[in-house]
Amino acid sequence: MNVGKQIEEGLLTKNPVAVQLLGLCTALAVTTSLLNGLGMGLCVLVVLTLSNGLLSALGPYLPERIHMVSAVVVTASLGGVADLIVQAFFPDLAGNLGLFLPLMAVTCVLLSGAGVYAYENGVASAVLEGLCRGLGYTLVLVLVGVIRELLGKGSFGEGLLNSGRGFQVFPAQFAAGGLVHPVGGFLVLACVIAAVQGFLARPKKAARRKETVRR
Amino acid sequence: MNGSFVSLLSIALGAILVGNVVFTQLLGAGPFLGSSGSMGTAVRMGTVVTLVMGLTSAVCWPINEYVLGPNGLKYIESAVFFLTAVFLVQLLDVLVQKLLPGRKPLVGGRLPLAANCAVLGVVFQNVQNGSGFLQSLTYAVAGGLGFLMAVVLFAGVRERIEFAECPKSFEGAPIAFVAAGLLTLCFAGFSSLNVFG
Repeated sequence: MNVGKQIEEGLLTKNPVAVQLLGLCTALAVTTSLLNGLGMGLCVLVVLTLSNGLLSALGPYLPERIHMVSAVVVTASLGGVADLIVQAFFPDLAGNLGLFLPLMAVTCVLLSGAGVYAYENGVASAVLEGLCRGLGYTLVLVLVGVIRELLGKGSFGEGLLNSGRGFQVFPAQFAAGGLVHPVGGFLVLACVIAAVQGFLARPKKAARRKETVRR
Repeated sequence: MNGSFVSLLSIALGAILVGNVVFTQLLGAGPFLGSSGSMGTAVRMGTVVTLVMGLTSAVCWPINEYVLGPNGLKYIESAVFFLTAVFLVQLLDVLVQKLLPGRKPLVGGRLPLAANCAVLGVVFQNVQNGSGFLQSLTYAVAGGLGFLMAVVLFAGVRERIEFAECPKSFEGAPIAFVAAGLLTLCFAGFSSLNVFG
């Protein structure tokens, strides 16, 4: 088990959102502020880690053909629990996430590829994989959320920092309000993905040129 | 809300134009970007999503109304709907292979179809709004048609992007995202459209 490599893959080289383009619908829709991005990211992080661990532990006892269905059962149940916990203890966040809170289970199933990695590896490795991928997902969501909130509303951490008021970095009247609308999600996520692509392409220019020629 | 033809038409137009699944609600952005590479894939994916969406909503409505609701099982609704979607997609896959032998299995594997935010999102919306059966079905099918329209429009845009010069880092997914963002902006123009009051 290579801890460093798994962390690097989860956060950067195989980042579930920025590189593998999974869970895009939540990454686009809920990232209107730091609070929403962080809340959704942490929920997914916890559910993904737990479900990966559970599936890895259950794996040897399950026949091959029900692997996908059992992954859905486990993840959807854990997602339902997380959904209810958020509704009970963080009603504001639950209101902001709205429809995307019950859809968290879907995102988790997509991120774990219905437990492909978990079934083939030990519990510790699967938990670490879930943790790293969850962190990678959270990182992108937080980044997009912060950018959209800052440029779209001129504030930072509204509903979370400074006893819920957040910090007004510049007056809201100078903000590009469009960024908190759907179009902003697409544009900001595009820039984040482009930044990651640019960063990853930097050390190995030769390989990338070959790819371009092939295309 | 009554089930008259005009109200159903209003729901349908609302779901296709005003509250488009992809552009306004950002549901199903994954399959939207994944299947818009070519026009053929886009049409196929859009059609299958419409079918799955209508079918899942049609099955989930009675489950919610007659099984989950009366027995106080609302708290497991998300898991139940998700499983229903998985089951229906599997069933559809088997049917397609039986009825049309030699055809390729459903677009791009079963997982992206079953674990599709658009399909389940529409089901959740119907339940949250407490819609009747006909309204639910209309909303789901129209939502699917909205997805079909979005993905076909976007496939056309992407065919042009293929030949456009853009910065190295933006090649591939990012430039497609920017284009999708601009399409979203176009659809924002429908937001003030008031369909039949």
